Amino acid sequence: MKRIFSDFMRALNNNSFVFTSEIEPKKTVNVEGIVNIAKKLKNYVIACNITDNPRAHAYMNSIIASYIIQKEAGMETICHMTVRDRNRLALISDILGAYVLGIRNILAITGDHTTMGDNPSALPVYDLDSTQFIKMVRRMIDEGVDLAGNKINGEIKMHIGAVGNPNANPLEPEIYKVRRKIMAGAEFIQTQIVFDLDKAKRFIEEINAPPPYVLIGIFPCNSYKMADFIDKKIPGISVPAEYKEELRRAEGFKDKINEVNIEYFSEMIKELRKTTRASGVHIMTIKYEDIVCKIIENVKSIMN
Amino acid sequence: MIITKQKPNLLKYVENYDRIFIIGCGECATVCKTGGEEQVEALSKILGDRVIGKIVIESPCNVKFLKKDLKPSLYEGAKAILALCCGIGAQTIAEFTNKEIIAGLDTLFMGEVGMKGKFYEKCRACGLCILYETGGICPISRCAKKLLNGPCGGMVDEKCEVSNYSKDCAWVLIYKRLKKLGRESELEKIREARDWSTISQPGEITLGD
Ligand code: SF4
Ligand code: SF4
Repeated sequence: MKRIFSDFMRALNNNSFVFTSEIEPKKTVNVEGIVNIAKKLKNYVIACNITDNPRAHAYMNSIIASYIIQKEAGMETICHMTVRDRNRLALISDILGAYVLGIRNILAITGDHTTMGDNPSALPVYDLDSTQFIKMVRRMIDEGVDLAGNKINGEIKMHIGAVGNPNANPLEPEIYKVRRKIMAGAEFIQTQIVFDLDKAKRFIEEINAPPPYVLIGIFPCNSYKMADFIDKKIPGISVPAEYKEELRRAEGFKDKINEVNIEYFSEMIKELRKTTRASGVHIMTIKYEDIVCKIIENVKSIMN
Repeated sequence: MIITKQKPNLLKYVENYDRIFIIGCGECATVCKTGGEEQVEALSKILGDRVIGKIVIESPCNVKFLKKDLKPSLYEGAKAILALCCGIGAQTIAEFTNKEIIAGLDTLFMGEVGMKGKFYEKCRACGLCILYETGGICPISRCAKKLLNGPCGGMVDEKCEVSNYSKDCAWVLIYKRLKKLGRESELEKIREARDWSTISQPGEITLGD
């Protein structure tokens, strides 16, 4: 029988259609902002991802931020951990510490390269890659030993997941890699943002491995400008022309922009639910958390 | 081959010395056009009468060649030796001569010498070669994150995020090569966490051991 240590995993395991969202701690010692976002999202998503130095920018520690959010907002977290910034010693001690702080879901991340970040002279670590990290955590949980086989005192009860990219071109090496992560012990996959339903479908079909649960990443844009920026400036992600056009027509009217997003993504979610074995969606936004609640509200009917 | 580049502010380093002996390298630095006859000559012209002598040693990283060609009478009067060779050569010379050494080059990487003056990094001397498993393409030196289970999410249209998408993603190259060789099964295997202790301490070996 599958051992379940978190609400997130329980929901996945019950075959509920699951919603998660994402919060980004910043270069700040002020936690009010992230706690408030978490409080807003709490009644809509089952858990929230907490990013770990995204885009190689040095921000508040994701484990500490996850702990604060769980404690102050009562929201379960999926704590990101990148292998870019710490070697296996630090990864092991962070897993031990994260568990003690009540964190029950970890998402293993490779991490954007240091040269792309806000301290580009930093030495990138990558002692382990994300697959090896997943395998290590798996053994810490299942066998109670660290990477070198040293015994851990006490039990670690948490879940480990991985990232996948349905936009990858070519897709095949990405699929091989995701399958290896699953083989290593990843229990769930959360994907990069996808706008194109077919890409999401194909990704899910190709993985074709026993659960893990796949959550497709989506990104409602709060303006035409944002959608256009993603389309043109974020490599590998294209934004459908119809969606962009609708945003362009709604430009300047907040309610209309909301409507466009609610309609577009509700439709996509319904399709995913109906035609794929996706376990849920992971909704990411930038300064647009309200839409997460609105979309989920609208598609509630398809949840069970 | 050890790939080098002349320090952009090389002259600043020798500013305070009036008796300089210049040593070039007949191997790698000659190929890189950073420390061959030509470059030694050119620098010697610039430094003028502050130069008391110059020589290009066949390979200054090899003590045998230093013993053979670098006679103390040549450099004895020098305040400093300007080494136009890689960091290995510069250190070998420093130890051999016991003189103040000015490394005139930045040592960049171990690389392939391509056509048209192009050099490509191909190995980091990791001490545990896995080329056989990766279709002859080294992920340690050619993947910016030295991943053993790539590609990462930074691959877009076969290119790597780190070069602003101008360079090939090593893991796409590996994937294509393995496929071509009919060795897809390599792509299904998890490559385990590796032992970095091979390069986390100064290397030293003795022939025959
Ligand atoms: S795996 Fe790469 S870095 Fe290691 S020895 Fe082989 S070529 Fe060199
Ligand atoms: S894009 Fe490819 S080469 Fe670049 S870091 Fe990722 S796996 Fe390595």
